[in-house]
Amino acid sequence: MSIQFNNETFRDDYSFHNSEWAIKRFPFPFHEDSYMYSMNAEQHQGGPDGSVYEKRFDVDEHYVSEMQDRAKVLADDPLRCQSLPHMTLAGWDLLELIMVSKSEDYPDLFELHRDGNQWRWVNKPLGIDDPFTFLDDTTLPYGPMEYITRQTQGDFALLDQREENLWMDAGMITTQADWSLDFDIGMNFFEWHAPVPKANEMGIFKRALKYLINIPQGSPGRRLNWTMTVNPLLDTSPENYHKWGIQKTTLTPENIGAKQHLRVELQTFFRLPRSNALAFPIRCYLCSFQDLTTMPKWGRRLHRVIRDLPDELATYKGFIDNRPMMLDYLSKFDDGLPTSPGIFPEPETEPPLKT
Amino acid sequence: MSAPQKTKSGPAQIDVTVSAVVPVTEFVTRFEFTRRDGTEFPPFSGGAHTVVAMQDGTRTRLNPYSLMSDPADLSTYAISVRREDDGRGGSVFMHSQVKQGDAMTLTNPVNLFSLDLRAKKHIFFAGGIGITPFLAMIGQLELTNGNWELHYASRTPENAAYADVLLAKFPTKVHVYYSSANERIPLADVLDGQPLGTQAYACGPERLIDGVRDTAIGLGWPDSNVHSEEFLAPAAGAPFEVRLCKSDKTITVGEHESLLEALEREGVDAPFLCRGGACGQCETDVVSGAGELIHCDHWLEEEEHASGKKIMPCVSRFVGELLEIDR
Amino acid sequence: MSKFEFPPSIGSRPIWGTLEPRTGASHLFIADAHGAEAIIDVATPELMETGHIIFISRGTDYADKLRALAPAQFYEGPSYDASLPRIKRVLSDAKMGLQVYLSGTEGLMGQATNEATSAGVPPAAIQTDHRGSTARRMQCVHCKGFTEDVETDPFVCSHCGLNLFVRDHYSRRLAAYQGVCVDAEDPGNVPAQKGIYE
Repeated sequence: MSIQFNNETFRDDYSFHNSEWAIKRFPFPFHEDSYMYSMNAEQHQGGPDGSVYEKRFDVDEHYVSEMQDRAKVLADDPLRCQSLPHMTLAGWDLLELIMVSKSEDYPDLFELHRDGNQWRWVNKPLGIDDPFTFLDDTTLPYGPMEYITRQTQGDFALLDQREENLWMDAGMITTQADWSLDFDIGMNFFEWHAPVPKANEMGIFKRALKYLINIPQGSPGRRLNWTMTVNPLLDTSPENYHKWGIQKTTLTPENIGAKQHLRVELQTFFRLPRSNALAFPIRCYLCSFQDLTTMPKWGRRLHRVIRDLPDELATYKGFIDNRPMMLDYLSKFDDGLPTSPGIFPEPETEPPLKT
Repeated sequence: MSAPQKTKSGPAQIDVTVSAVVPVTEFVTRFEFTRRDGTEFPPFSGGAHTVVAMQDGTRTRLNPYSLMSDPADLSTYAISVRREDDGRGGSVFMHSQVKQGDAMTLTNPVNLFSLDLRAKKHIFFAGGIGITPFLAMIGQLELTNGNWELHYASRTPENAAYADVLLAKFPTKVHVYYSSANERIPLADVLDGQPLGTQAYACGPERLIDGVRDTAIGLGWPDSNVHSEEFLAPAAGAPFEVRLCKSDKTITVGEHESLLEALEREGVDAPFLCRGGACGQCETDVVSGAGELIHCDHWLEEEEHASGKKIMPCVSRFVGELLEIDR
Repeated sequence: MSKFEFPPSIGSRPIWGTLEPRTGASHLFIADAHGAEAIIDVATPELMETGHIIFISRGTDYADKLRALAPAQFYEGPSYDASLPRIKRVLSDAKMGLQVYLSGTEGLMGQATNEATSAGVPPAAIQTDHRGSTARRMQCVHCKGFTEDVETDPFVCSHCGLNLFVRDHYSRRLAAYQGVCVDAEDPGNVPAQKGIYE
């Protein structure tokens, strides 16, 4: 197989790690030395070779371990995956989109054989070989959305489109940035974003909604979002916050480089053809501060962004208490030199850190 | 984010061959298409439309038509076109110029008239050629044992496209009314006493759409449960001049041409999806305008219409000296 | 009794209205305690002709006044839970054109909204009017248990015993606000309780 899959954990001993390849292709979310909300969306029609933008659904070295972690989360709390009754067709749409995309983009890992509605899906990394009947729920071990998203990295929300709004009516949410599907399911676009500070008054969500309800079939879009996580913990759910929240207090100047992770969401948007719903995959990438700062441009920029971020956003993203320690650490990687525009690390052209 | 990509305007295109031209009634003809690359068409949902590109001499006409073929059969897409002799010329072109074997271009489907899949029941009201989106919706619902009924008004039995097929297949669900026999859809009787969670859909003349909506609201239905297809053909009007800031050009929009069509004629990139004032894709900033914007769209808010700062080039026009827009 | 003016909040928090008579095939009123006043305010002989009032008195004595409005059907019950089988039965018979009028506490209006929309009543056919107690129905995001009539922030989950702070984030599907552990990052450091609107 073309990708060497890590054997790692996202809990307990946290053996998660990024290879040099994974660090280099990490979707660093800041294209300049400061940050404010914006929709900053673009078409999702490929990207530079090897980048996380190249394929419709990126598969990387964490694939197998992430799927094992998801299975554990669901065993503990099946409410993390729910679909309101009218969303089954959208689930089949999503299954079709992912199976077709992955089998075309990673033919050595995934195969899809179709004869009318008789389908056979082969997932080599997870050792799955299932024949089933397309659009017949009884031929799969789970509902179609759950079946395919147990085999696909990232969270998935399926948004029903009606009354000029989007409704969060189904989802597989196990790697979330502190929001609850069980609580938010059934909400419209403005309701589920209601807790986000500032963006509403800036009119961002109104514009974002107009963009999303117009995503046409065959022309997907994408954008990045980010937050901070202590330890490479995928399941930062509100449900378990009383268990993991304490980990935020375990940072020390000695361990912060290894423990503090920048958490980036690659959000993509696909119009689903049979249901006219919108698929909203939210793929989570984690990278420790010590790995990020191996790229001089990212070290300089991350320090400046975190330093200048409004308190309200640092509070919302949950790291206001740890910000001084983060800045102490990051300031060592900011020599004041200018950075080149854009998100890519440019290791060949960016000057090394002045020491 | 990553390297900037050129934004493609409008939905993705599909190269097709006209596989059949089938007269349905005196005025309605069905056009069937297959893909030129031999593959299947993309799946679509009932109520979706495609924009058909017609090469009429040097002029490219782009007209939206509802997909009416069975969503379960992706070997073929089909549309039905009513010949409008007093129209803008697209339907006459389809009827008189398009032959089996011709190469044409369609866009990917776009759905601005989709089923509300939560519905406990769907009631369709069709007038004349407004039957077309319902043919695909019925196809979709039949796949999932959906609960539906159709009320279809036509002038005469000869004019009622597909009424015979529908009546034969679904004798208990389809009701056809002929105005030549003095029959009208009994809107109040139909809408009264429907189960909670019923959704109503209307497509056809404005009179029918308004009738369905007003009757439903009079019976206590909320507006949210009445859906209609609100395609507008661009209105004709006096020619006007437009200054295009980004492209550094001044163009004239002809009497029977929309601003969007004029932009396309001049090779100026302009996005679109519906070409009927409903989807919002072509929304354009107005830089200045000594005169009056004639807004015909369903997209912009009232304040935006009043502000004079936005225009939907697919259907809206301008009366005055010179309009300056951000294209 | 004057109506409570809720402070401005986030977009998921419901905004309660004022009941108005509407055209409809039939009219269903569900109220608890002081919510009766909203029914009395909106009632007309026309509405009452096809009107069905379901009233949860919660120790108030509005029942006679409501009965005096002469609705086609009247029911008085001791609690929402006790009235639920009747509400479900009424909704199972209802047709499009039904108008729903809810008044009283947030917990009552939220749960009845949920019951009505599940039966297929379009949300736009449901009106609300807040009267009386401002206590909230809360869901613990951790154990999923509901605690009714919460008046303080923070409060103790009546199921799992965690100390929860009261968010304004509201789920119509659950008819509840969200409660989240207040001392997760500093166990035992629970802020002093105060009234939610203090």
